[in-house]
Amino acid sequence: MRKVYHKIIQIAGNVITVEADNVAYNDLAEVTSSRGISLAQVIRLQDNKVFLQVFAGSRGISTGDEVRFLGHPMKVSSSEDLLGRVFNGAGNPRDSRPAITTDQIDIGGPSVNPAKRIIPRKMIRTGIPMIDLFNTLVESQKLPIFSVAGEPYNELLARIAMQAEVDVIILGGMGLKYDDYLYFKNVLDEHGALSRSVLFIHTASDPVVECLLVPDMCLAVAEKYALEKKRVLVLLTDMTNFADALKEIAITMEQIPSNRGYPGDLYSQLASRYEKAVDFDGAGSITILTVTTMPGDDVTHPIPDNTGYITEGQFYLKNGRIEPFGSLSRLKQQVNGKTREDHRAIMDTMIRFYSDYKETLEKQSMGFQMSNWDKKLLEYGVKFEKQMMDLSVNIPLEKALDEGWKILADCFDKTETGIKSELVEKFWPK
Amino acid sequence: MLENKKMGRIVGVNGNLLTVEFDSHVTQNEVAFAIIGDVRLKCEVIRVRGSRADLQIFESSAGLKVGDAVEFTDTLLSVKLGPGLLTQVYDGLQNPLPKLAEKAGFFLQRGLYMDPLDYNSTWEFTPMAKVGDKVAASDRLGYVPEGIFKHYIMLPFAFQGTWEVTEIAPKGVYKLNDTMAKVKNAKGEERVVTMVQEWPVKIPISCYKEKLMPVEPMITQMRTIDTFFPVAKGGTFCTPGPFGAGKTVLQHSISRYAEADVVVIAACGERAGEVVEILREFPHLEDPRTGKPLIDRSIIICNTSSMPVAAREASVYTAVTLAEYYRQMGLNSLLLADSTSRWAQALREMSGRLEEIPGEEAFPAYLESRIAEFYERAGLVVLNDGSKGSVTIGGAVSPAGGNFEEPVTQATLKVVGAFLGLSRERSSARRYPAIHPLESWSHYKSVVDPKEVAYARGILRRGNEINQMMKVVGEEGTHIGDFVIYLKSEFLDFVYLQQNTFDEVDAATSAERQQYVFERVVGVLKDEFKFDDKDQARRFFLELRQLFTDWNYSPYNSDKFKKGEEAIAAKIKERCVNA
Repeated sequence: MRKVYHKIIQIAGNVITVEADNVAYNDLAEVTSSRGISLAQVIRLQDNKVFLQVFAGSRGISTGDEVRFLGHPMKVSSSEDLLGRVFNGAGNPRDSRPAITTDQIDIGGPSVNPAKRIIPRKMIRTGIPMIDLFNTLVESQKLPIFSVAGEPYNELLARIAMQAEVDVIILGGMGLKYDDYLYFKNVLDEHGALSRSVLFIHTASDPVVECLLVPDMCLAVAEKYALEKKRVLVLLTDMTNFADALKEIAITMEQIPSNRGYPGDLYSQLASRYEKAVDFDGAGSITILTVTTMPGDDVTHPIPDNTGYITEGQFYLKNGRIEPFGSLSRLKQQVNGKTREDHRAIMDTMIRFYSDYKETLEKQSMGFQMSNWDKKLLEYGVKFEKQMMDLSVNIPLEKALDEGWKILADCFDKTETGIKSELVEKFWPK
Repeated sequence: MLENKKMGRIVGVNGNLLTVEFDSHVTQNEVAFAIIGDVRLKCEVIRVRGSRADLQIFESSAGLKVGDAVEFTDTLLSVKLGPGLLTQVYDGLQNPLPKLAEKAGFFLQRGLYMDPLDYNSTWEFTPMAKVGDKVAASDRLGYVPEGIFKHYIMLPFAFQGTWEVTEIAPKGVYKLNDTMAKVKNAKGEERVVTMVQEWPVKIPISCYKEKLMPVEPMITQMRTIDTFFPVAKGGTFCTPGPFGAGKTVLQHSISRYAEADVVVIAACGERAGEVVEILREFPHLEDPRTGKPLIDRSIIICNTSSMPVAAREASVYTAVTLAEYYRQMGLNSLLLADSTSRWAQALREMSGRLEEIPGEEAFPAYLESRIAEFYERAGLVVLNDGSKGSVTIGGAVSPAGGNFEEPVTQATLKVVGAFLGLSRERSSARRYPAIHPLESWSHYKSVVDPKEVAYARGILRRGNEINQMMKVVGEEGTHIGDFVIYLKSEFLDFVYLQQNTFDEVDAATSAERQQYVFERVVGVLKDEFKFDDKDQARRFFLELRQLFTDWNYSPYNSDKFKKGEEAIAAKIKERCVNA
């Protein structure tokens, strides 16, 4: 029988302090208040004081409420029975079916030994030319979608998930609008993918701190499945809410903020989650796609900035299109040399011209005379946006490449493209 | 036995910071172990106040309780130095990662530490010192072959004063822990020398006669670097840049093609995936100078972003100590640290937990001095026997928001000899390497004539000005003479500054080829051309660019190379006035 503590000596923000002995760092406790039972986690020990972050929030907690330490850190079930189920941010069922308590594993486990990783080598085909052709997605990649509120980022996330060939999809929602939760559920259902999915959903109306556990639970389960040789795709939306919850706790704990109130360890916190993406030597893989909404469309904001340094590129979703500038897949070089010989050349050339087109647009808007070259670029830009960038385009990579040659041939002559002569001879449309 | 150990007990846990009440005394920066069941977790003392010490723990602190025992060791955080370091892959505390994987499987197991060197390996020792010789720290007693190098067994760096050799092992095959020599000092103290010695990582190895000015260029085979912003053997450089600007690709490229003897790669707080590329590729890539696999000259220190933060702080010191060790053998070591910002962030995290008064952006006030100390460990030195060795340090910097005004970049710029600033602008336009040709600088000597470099930079600067002007007055308002200068600057950018790391030939340009090609390129910049209108000029330079690009892709001095050169000459003749 574990000891129950009745004396809460401090309540500040969502952190409560009790005096207790023999408590281990990171362990869980149950706080019973008039509002019900909430989980809490030990985040600091100082002499006989124990600081606990209360996941359901401290509202309504009285100094005389009961705190019972469970003697273990947060765990989650990793059984196969999870497939097709929906849980909340504390790991309890959200779908009014019984809880699963078998195969419990710790969340936030140690990192993978780099010596047991292999170089990613498998392309994930999405049918979106801006991804397949220009910023190829690779199995075991970790990649956020940078976007602003109002953009169809969740739709894009769902579309990639549906087209990707993976064994298991794990969706972690943090501060997700209820509508968006239903949207994901419906899409998964329509495509018959719900039975191979696990959902951990923290909605916008749930207590803020509860979303802190979502990524760790998703990734712990993903890791277990991947070790069983499954290819797992983890979707996390929206990581900005996760980072904001971290900030809230840090400020409550009176930590010195580093940049715009975010804690100094924001980078390490995000990295320890993103780095769970892995291609195991001799087992499965974990691919992580996330959404990071940028406050004020500012890529230098600490959240997207730290994220960009951790992830292997990013998709920049703006005005309903994946922008070629700012978007990047760092792993594309691993696979795009093996698709078709003209892949890299087309990729580089088309982006270069598009960048020139943007400059010409600027000149045009300032009322300058357009040279012949400018006119060619203008024609090119319009075609590129319509036939490549539009998100409704859904064609396989090879077709996208042919399309690319066609656009180039329509607008320029062979020398102007600057592509290696051998490739031009082979692929230039006759 | 137990009575001799200095013990303490935990009174506070806050993230990776432990507060420990100790019994007798502690030393700043000494190593301690927190004991949880039968697992021992490595820590380092970083502050002492009264009878309490603050320790940073190199592992996750989950599960620790107030009252748990801590054992102090009285030794500073050290690395083991000896034959067999090359080809190894270590974490920040010098644990061999492949061996950890053999033992613990897919995940890094907390509290599992392993010997960095294989004590069962055997080495063929050839003595150099004789009985009766007077030797000082770092003097060579003998050598064993390691790969293509002579790995000297030296009098340990920690031995102060003069020692007399009283015994030396004869030529033969030995294990690392065998006695190679015995020495005695004037006070009559006797010590045993094996092939392995220990050295505390945070203290520079200073057993040399003097430090020299670095002058000889360290060829990286990157045209922009060697020609425009060169790096010297024993010098320092930094590559700051926003994410996605190509810092890591640049560092990998340098690690492959740089003409250094030993390359130490410190992947410090960065992506694991990038290290994996090195781990998996280096054993198969050939070192063009020796024909041996690249891994034979490399040591990889890998403390990626998800590994414990405190060990990240230690990892750059571990790396630089290994580089210094090989310098002591008269070799040129190159240390590439990616990224020093992550290391600075580790300092910031600890500083925050210690509740120190923060400096700019919450970095600790001692950030600048720590960065300076680190880069000052680079240098070209004259060793005791008159031979030279060097440590060159290249640090990647990841400034928050890509803004070079931030504290880490600024502190680094004060102490480095070359600044290779990567720009988002260039990387967005796919102009790689994205080293900014106007903002970067170097204090070292170029592989080509500095006057020609100055001329070429002049064209770049002028071309940039004209381009800015054209944005205001339009192309039609620009004089054709100015327009041609702009085209020339673009031409220089495309055919010389830009280099394709993913092409077999273009990825590496030897110093000789750089001198040869640069002369041709500057020739074009100096030539006077006659054009009827701007479209004609643009077309001409596009065609010329195409020819040069194809030329860059041809192996040096091959038939294709010669044909390419002829085609270029013919093209220039078409329009050149002074030819």
